[in-house]
Amino acid sequence: MPSLEQYQSRDLVAALVREIERLAPVEAPVKIMHVCGSHEHSLSQWGLRSLLPPQVELIAGPGCPVCVCPEHEVREALAVARRGALLLTYGDMLRVPTSEGSLLDAAAQGADIKLVYSPADCVRQARENPGREVCFFAVGFETTAAPTAALVQAGPPANLSVLTAHRLTPPAMALLLRSGEIEVDALIAPGHVSVVIGAEAWRPLVTEFDLPCIVAGFEPVDLLLAVREILRQLRQENAALGNVYRRLVKPHGSAKAQAALARTFDVRPSVWRGLGELPDTGLLLQERFDELNARVRFDLRISAESAEMPAGCQCNRVMLGQIKPPECGLFRSACHPLRPYGPCMVSQEGTCYIWHQYGGQVA
Amino acid sequence: MCLAVPMKVTAVTSDEVVVELHGVTQRARRDLLDEVAVGDHVIIHAGYALTVLDEAEAESTWALFDELQPGDADAQS
Repeated sequence: MPSLEQYQSRDLVAALVREIERLAPVEAPVKIMHVCGSHEHSLSQWGLRSLLPPQVELIAGPGCPVCVCPEHEVREALAVARRGALLLTYGDMLRVPTSEGSLLDAAAQGADIKLVYSPADCVRQARENPGREVCFFAVGFETTAAPTAALVQAGPPANLSVLTAHRLTPPAMALLLRSGEIEVDALIAPGHVSVVIGAEAWRPLVTEFDLPCIVAGFEPVDLLLAVREILRQLRQENAALGNVYRRLVKPHGSAKAQAALARTFDVRPSVWRGLGELPDTGLLLQERFDELNARVRFDLRISAESAEMPAGCQCNRVMLGQIKPPECGLFRSACHPLRPYGPCMVSQEGTCYIWHQYGGQVA
Repeated sequence: MCLAVPMKVTAVTSDEVVVELHGVTQRARRDLLDEVAVGDHVIIHAGYALTVLDEAEAESTWALFDELQPGDADAQS
């Protein structure tokens, strides 16, 4: 079986780049959007954009779940922590700025907030703190929602509650393409989201928008294979669903993960930070899990505000691929990983954070 | 959040797998897997094994690279 390192092979990358150069259109540029912070990380870390011809543009879409988590959901977590519960969440959430400060600010003021790596860590924490309320602030797309569903289905300890901020990617992309806020020629679909939902989950977008959509992995060879396939399809004017990550992504994904999601969550409208309310893109705990729903247990009544963006922040335009991070006047000046102003500079999956770290594009 | 690499299963318990990569060992829940065996490669996300790598697919995809002319032979030692 090929090793991970083989998917990073310099020879194969060089051969694929030559094919991409041969297939690239001469005139009009091709805009390809991915929808995954981890894809952006790989593209930037490996400097793949610098290898591509200038008319092939790779754009980051709304693929960072921390970035699209609206401020009011972070304020719900703050409220839980301020009531004395032990709040557990993934590391990237700690520094997301809100009008009431971040979770890290609350921790500095005495709130008990710990980062976790897994829902399994939350079960351990709940068992180690039997006399205390423990709350898991669970954020993420389908890949991360599935483990949360597994936690709920396994029957967590009675002192553990869950504050969910899970969202669905294909319906959000469909809405944003339909509204015209996102204008691209092709999509690279997120590999590990697709492990859960299956490659076929992206077919409706291919059909409705006549866009090539290729499910891809995260190594340089994986991403370049996706670009090559997109250029082939565009040249043949034959938009289709493709999957160059078949070693892990099956056409219909993981039946077990989908069943856990369906038994745990209802699909509801959801506010995406900077993008507004998008119907059928949120996963909310079903009523029968009210006992472990933190919104019920702590009687949280914090609702969405209209904008949910700090004044002058352009993270929404970055997430829609309308501007690149350096085109935001705050990038690397008023907004910096040490003092993030907008959410895209917080998360390791945020486009601004990644471009700050790796430079994003070597032109 | 979604970055993950396949790790090799070295042990299977009632609710967990033990996985290894480059000498690093960790445990992961296996609630979301149907079947898994020692020697399989799995992808771990948020402490849960999400799926078993399809070795036949990996091999067949790799076979497609034979069509590419690796060309720059100086690139790899």
